[in-house]
Amino acid sequence: MKHTRIVITGIGLTAPNGNNLAEFRQNLLNGVSGIGMTEVRYMGQWPAGLCKFDPLKHQKKKDVRIGTRAGSISIYCAREAVADSGIALEARDKSRIGVYLGITEHGNVETENEVYNISQFKYDTKFWTHHHNPRTVANSPAGEVSLNLGTTGPAYTIGAACAAGNMGLIHAAQMLRLDEVDLAIAGGVSESPQTFGIFAGFKSQNALASHADPTKASRPFDKARNGIVISEGGCIYTLERLDDALARGAKIYGEIAGYCVNSDATDYVLPNPERQAQCVEKALINARMTVDDIDIVNTHATSTPQGDIQECHAIAAAFSKRKEPAAINNTKSFIGHCMGAAGALELAGNLPSFDDLVVHPTINVDELDPQCDIPGLVINQPRSVKRVDAILNNSFGMLGINSTLIIKRYRT
Amino acid sequence: MTKEECRKLVIDIISDIVTTVKPDVRLRDQLQLDSMDFLDIVMELRKRHGIEVPEADYMQLASLDSCAEYLTPKFQAKA
Repeated sequence: MKHTRIVITGIGLTAPNGNNLAEFRQNLLNGVSGIGMTEVRYMGQWPAGLCKFDPLKHQKKKDVRIGTRAGSISIYCAREAVADSGIALEARDKSRIGVYLGITEHGNVETENEVYNISQFKYDTKFWTHHHNPRTVANSPAGEVSLNLGTTGPAYTIGAACAAGNMGLIHAAQMLRLDEVDLAIAGGVSESPQTFGIFAGFKSQNALASHADPTKASRPFDKARNGIVISEGGCIYTLERLDDALARGAKIYGEIAGYCVNSDATDYVLPNPERQAQCVEKALINARMTVDDIDIVNTHATSTPQGDIQECHAIAAAFSKRKEPAAINNTKSFIGHCMGAAGALELAGNLPSFDDLVVHPTINVDELDPQCDIPGLVINQPRSVKRVDAILNNSFGMLGINSTLIIKRYRT
Repeated sequence: MTKEECRKLVIDIISDIVTTVKPDVRLRDQLQLDSMDFLDIVMELRKRHGIEVPEADYMQLASLDSCAEYLTPKFQAKA
C-alpha cells in the first residue's frame, strides 16, 4: 500500500456535553459533564449520557421515524462534518465517496423495542414492525448516511466493539491509500443507552456505574470508581488525501500518522495489558515515531476497577523508555462510554490541543487509585504544555480487540 | 362512528408521518407515501383500533375520502 498522506479536513459530532467541536471542547476544558439520570426499561433510573442534537436539522420527520437513533446520530454528524469541511457534495463524484462507521453493536435497540411492543399485544407477531429488518441490518447507520447524502460509493459499518471509533478512521485511511475513494466520511456512532440489555449486561457483570450524582458516576482512575456509564454519541470526520485537501485549500485538523489494530486472543471480556502495550508499540512503528514523539495519550479507561489498572500498566510499559512523561488524559470522565463513538469522539476532544496547547483533564478523581498513578496523568484541571505535535488515541473492546491511532500536527 | 370521526382517526395516524392532509387528494400523491408508509398506516389501524385491512383492500386507503368510506363500517362493526 502506498504511504499516501491522509488528513482530517472536517469534524461533525454530538456528545452528551456538546453538539459541535467548539462546544464539546469548551466543556472538556471547563470540567462540564454531560451525564444525567435516565429511565432504563425494567431497571429504573441509571446514569447515562444522552445527546441533545436536533435530528430534524438534517432529516425529514418521516426518515427519523423509519430509521434508527444510530442513523440519526450518523446523519447529523456526517452532515456537520461535510459542512465543516467546506466540501460541496453536489459537485463531487458521489461514487467516489465512502462512508465507514465504527459500531460497537447495532440492532439491540430496535429488537428490544419490538419485543416490548408485541408484549403489549400478547406476543402476537402480526404487530411486529415491517421496519425491523432494514433497521437492524449491521450496515444500517452507514446506509442511512448514504441515503441522506446521496453518496453511491461504499457505505458500511465496522463492528469492533469499543475499539470501533478508531477503526472508522483507520479504515478510511486505508481505503484512501488504496485509491478506492476520493473522500471518506468516517468515524464512529452509538445508540447504546436506548437498550436496557447493555445496562443489564454490565450490571450482571458488576461493571455498571452507580452514583447518587450522575455527573460523578464516570470516574476513571479514582479509587471509588465502580463501573461504566453507558452513553450515546457520534463523531464523523471527512478524510482526504493531502494533495486533494491542499488543492481545494482545505482547513487541516491533523494528519494520520500511524495506527495498529490487534487482538488479545485471551478472554471474552477481560483486557490483556501486554497485547494493549503491543498495539501502542506497533502503532508507533507504523507512524515511524518513538514514545518521545507523543505529547498526549488519550486513554480508553472506562472507569471499571480492573480495566483501568490494566490499561495503566499497558501505558506504563509502552512508555517506560520515555524521558519526560507525556500528558495522559481521559474523556469518558465527562461523557461516559460512548461505545462505538468513543474513540472518534475522544480524539476530537483532543485535536484542538494542536492549536491551544492545552490538555483537557480527566475529571472526578477525588482520590487517585495508587495502581493508576502513572506519570503524566492530567487530573481535574486542564494543563498547558509547551508542545503538542502528536496525539495517541487508545480504544479497546470486548473479545480482545485493540486499536491505537496516532494523529500528528500537519506540517508541509 | 361517523365518516367525519373516521377521517379524524386516519388523520391522527398520518400526522405521525407528515403534518397536513388535504381531504380529497390521493394520499399517496400529496404525502409521497410509499408502500412502507401504507404498511405503517395498516399497522397503526391494527394497533390503535383493532382494525384489519387485507392486502387486497390497500387501494381503499388511497385518499382520505376513500379511507372514510371503507373504514367507517369497520369501526361501526366494532362499536
